[in-house]
This record gives sequence, structure tokens and C-alpha cells, in this order.
Amino acid sequence: MTKRTVALLGGTAMWLAGTAANAQELNALVWCDHTDDALIKPFEEEFGVTVNVREYEGTGAALALLEQSRPGDWDVLVIDGIDVFRAVESGLLAALPEDELPTADFFPEIVMAENNTLDGVTYAVTEKFGYNTISYNSEKVDPADMQDLSTVWSDKYAGRISIYDYYLPVMGLAAIAEGLSTADIDAGSLDTIGPVLSQMRSSAASVAGVVAAQTALATGEVDIVVGGGEWLTAVLAEEQPELTWTIPDQGAVRWTQSIGVLADSEQPDLALEFVKYIVSPEGQARLATSACFWGMPANAAAGDILSEEQKSVLRWDEQTDYLARTQLYPAPDADLDVEMQDLWLDTLSQ
Amino acid sequence: MNVAKGTKLGWGFVAPALLWTLVFFVLPLLVMGAMSFATLEGRSLIWGFHLDNYIELATRAYLWRAILVSLEITLTVTVVSVVLAYPLAAIIAFRVPREWQRLALLLAILPFWTSYVVRSYAWLLVLAREGLVNQTLINLGLIAEPITLANTRFATVTGFVHFFVMLLTLTIYANLVQLSPNYRRAAMDLGANAFQTFRHVILPLTLPGIATGAFLTFVLCIGDYVTPQVLGGNNELTIPQVIMVQLGRRADFPLASALAIVMMLIVTLAYLASARWLRLDRV
Repeated sequence: MTKRTVALLGGTAMWLAGTAANAQELNALVWCDHTDDALIKPFEEEFGVTVNVREYEGTGAALALLEQSRPGDWDVLVIDGIDVFRAVESGLLAALPEDELPTADFFPEIVMAENNTLDGVTYAVTEKFGYNTISYNSEKVDPADMQDLSTVWSDKYAGRISIYDYYLPVMGLAAIAEGLSTADIDAGSLDTIGPVLSQMRSSAASVAGVVAAQTALATGEVDIVVGGGEWLTAVLAEEQPELTWTIPDQGAVRWTQSIGVLADSEQPDLALEFVKYIVSPEGQARLATSACFWGMPANAAAGDILSEEQKSVLRWDEQTDYLARTQLYPAPDADLDVEMQDLWLDTLSQ
Repeated sequence: MNVAKGTKLGWGFVAPALLWTLVFFVLPLLVMGAMSFATLEGRSLIWGFHLDNYIELATRAYLWRAILVSLEITLTVTVVSVVLAYPLAAIIAFRVPREWQRLALLLAILPFWTSYVVRSYAWLLVLAREGLVNQTLINLGLIAEPITLANTRFATVTGFVHFFVMLLTLTIYANLVQLSPNYRRAAMDLGANAFQTFRHVILPLTLPGIATGAFLTFVLCIGDYVTPQVLGGNNELTIPQVIMVQLGRRADFPLASALAIVMMLIVTLAYLASARWLRLDRV
């Protein structure tokens, strides 16, 4: 080996070592609203790090990915509020220092200690919430009809509705329409929910994911999205103000998402700083108005940073009423989950 | 070079491909097969030899419907694509001057260069009630009210056909250009007209190209998730959609694996049915 080769190899090794030392990276498994540069860049600049974000489809997929990863591959997890316990049961989440989280400033209903805390230990913190309710085109349907869930999926609007493609919120809405509480849904409730789903299905033109439902509503393919909400129409508010949403008289379903630090993270301090940034008023305002989808920030102090226009789109002033009239997603155990999913697939294939 | 050394050298050349196949095909297949006999207890994965997933497959009506819908869509797409691709390939092979054929093929496969997902959403806009097709039909006075095209099986088949016609055009074209013009001349000399020449000479000789393209179309179509999801509006469940539902929230990998095994069996049957004409080396 010549001296030149040795020098080249040595130089390369030093460069690689230097790069590894300087390029501190944080890996976060997230929903698409965390992929917005406007949210991530300020944190990267403040801490001089790179945040790698990866989106996932559903809690099951995320947990499977984490279980198959090497310890330390991931630092931060964003997860459905009702599924925090699944990550805790799997030993995936680290304890968070409760006194460093600004939960005192949160909307009280959204702190959700019963979901984020186990045996007095906090494992996650709620970061965003919103509603799975009824989105509609106010120029095409009678807004008064949208206040009654049974009218929404009645024959009057047959062929003009799309159903959001996620069984938990839609079955929650069906339960609410029948006067059932989402927290009380059990195997016996499915006999009541099933016919409502069938009625919904028979009136629906499509069962659509986020983008497809937005496209269908924006292009006039459908006039109503069952399971929609601010997350569906807020990004379209400027160009199509006629696309709006409401909480019907019977109520609606509330979704929440939480964020936590993974137990195997090799940089828990930096991961915690990221969590603290996300739930800070600044981070919350950016997260609430993320390019992917809008939603209410858990931290009410974000209201000082959001513009009046943004708050208007989010319906900031009506949150007290909305929070009182909505119920959390159904949170089935494993067996009930199987039955609910089977009922959903049966309904889809009708 | 002696025989032993030659054999070693041969294995040396084959080893990388063999290793690749073992690691990225055989091993995952074995894992998937084993997984299909595992089961979920609560949310915990239990390995073993359980037939629960296959019993579930046999007893759930929506799974049978998903298999049936997948087959119906796949067969329709394959037949329509062949019918459309064959004349296109023939025009390029026989009517377009040799020096322009490359450009013609390039133009034929141009849509491949765009994102598959974007293309599906583009079709959704074209087929929407206020989209290009409906507006054109209304402007021509052919219909008075928009008709429902998006979120239907028609939309799913249209999206698939747009994609697979290009693939089939390539495989059939590759077959057609290899045919010596003497076959056609001989048939004409023997008194055959153009249709008889096609029916008894050209078509049988191009069956390998058709079978190869059709088989690839079948395999890709039956395993596709995006098009039925976006263009079909989830109005009919296909096997990949059911697999996705199993994985998304519940991470039911055992049932998803059993479904994948069933899908693989269907593809194997399709292969056996077309094996006589298949010439995958021509792709």
C-alpha cells in the first residue's frame, strides 16, 4: 500500500468520523403534519441537528416497525391518543418529566392523563386534537340538515356522501347517532351500529382516505364527508370557503394525537427537547397550521401566536362548546377491535 | 482448466445471484409462510402451526368477495389491455417506419415516467362529475346530467388499462418485430387474405408475447393497492386492500400473510395456465 493510499484512507476515515460527530440526527416516527418544514426547521436551526421524519399509516404498522428496528433507531413517536397504552404496554415509551411539560396551559379535556399516564408515570403528552364529524359543501346541501346525523346519511343525500376510510371514528359516529357513548361500545353494541353503517354505506359514493376525501369534496364529486372535520376542510378554506364542517346536535367524535420519547433512544435529552418544542406555544401554532392538515393545538397558549384568521378557521372560540359535545374515539381492546374491523370490512364489501 | 476448477468458477459466478435470491426471495417467502400459521392472542404474536387464519379465510364472506372482485377486475383489465395493446404494437411494428419506431415506443411508454399515485389522482379528476369526460359529453349533447364515472369499477379498470396497455405494447411489439416478413408473404402467396394471415399465422406466432405481457399484467394488477383505493373509491374491496386493513391498525401479520399466500397461489395458477406460451426471457 503506497503512502498516498494510506493518506487517502486515513483522510477519508477522519472525514467520516468528523461527519458522524457533527451531524446529530433525531429520528421521529410521525404523522404527516410533522413533515412540514415550517414546523421542523426552527427546531433544527436552534439545536443544530437534523430531524428525520418518517410517516406511517396506522398504529399497528408503527408498532411493528419499532419492534423490528434496532434499539436506538428511533427517538420520537407520534401516536393516536387512544393507542398510547399499546406503546406503553410494549415497553416502547420512556417516562417524561411531567414538570417540564406545559400541560397546565392545555385545554383541560385534552390533557388526557388517563391515556398518557400509567401508574403515575407520564409516557406521552397530547399535542393536537380535532373532530371526526360532518364536512360539507354549504352551497350544495342544506346546512340545517347537517345538524342531524340520521338526515346526513338518509336517502335525501344518497350518492352525495363519502365516508372517511377509518372504522373507529365512523363507527363512533354511528354509535353517537344511536345514542350510544363511544366509551361504552362493546360487542353487543355492534348489533346497533351495524345497520347504521349499512345505511351509510348504501348512501355513499365512496369510502375515502384523507386526500381522496378532500379531492372528492373539492371537485364536487360528493357534497358531504362523514367523518370529516377541520382537518379536511381547513387547508381548502381560502380557496373554497363554501367547504365547511359542523358538529351535529347528537355530537361527534374527537381525535387526539400524542407525542413521546422512545425508551431505546440514544439521545433522550434531545428527543425530550423536541417534544417540549412541539408542545410549546410556538411549536403548537406551527403544528396546528401544518401544510398537511390543520387541527387544534393542545396547548391553549398557542392562541397568542396564531393569527385571528387562523383561529377563525380553527373555530377557536367555539372549542368550549365543541369539547363539551364530543366524545373521544372508541378505544377497543384487541378482541373488540377484531370484531369492529370485521364489521367494517363486511360493510365495505356490501 | 480442469473440471473441478471450472465448476468452482461457475459457482463463483452464480453465487451472488443465488445469495440474492435466497436472502431476498426464498427467506422472506419462508418467513411469510411460517407467519401465516402464527396467530395473534390479544395483540401478541404466537408462533406455531395454527390453521386459524386459513379457517378465517374460508369462513369470512368479505374475504371471498375480495378474492372474487380481485379476479374479476384483473381478468377484465388483462383482456381489455391485450385487445387495445395488440393493434397499437402492430401499428408500431408494421406501419411506422423503422427509424421512427423507437420514438413511437418512447411516446407509448411516456406515461410510465410520471408518478403512479399522481396518475391515479389525475384520472380521478378526469372522471369526476365535473371532470373532463363529463363536461365533454355534456358539451357534445350526449348526456344532460353528469354520470358517475369516478369511484367505480369502470374507473379502476380505466386506470389499470392506461398503465398496462403500455406494458403489453412493449412485449407484443418485441414479438412482432422478430417475425420474418416471409411468413406473411408465404401466407399471401398461398391465397390467404389479411385476416386469415393474421388469424392463422401472425396471432399464433405472437402468443408468447401476448402471454408474457398478460401474465405480467395479471401479477401486477392483482397485487395493486393504489388504483382500487384511489379510483375505485373503496367501493369494492380487493385482496391488497384487505391486507392493508389487517396491517394498518391491528398489525395482524399472520392473517395478512395467509391472504398473501392465497394471492400467490392464484398467481401460480395463472402461471401454470399460461406457462405453455410464456417466454419471460423476451421481456
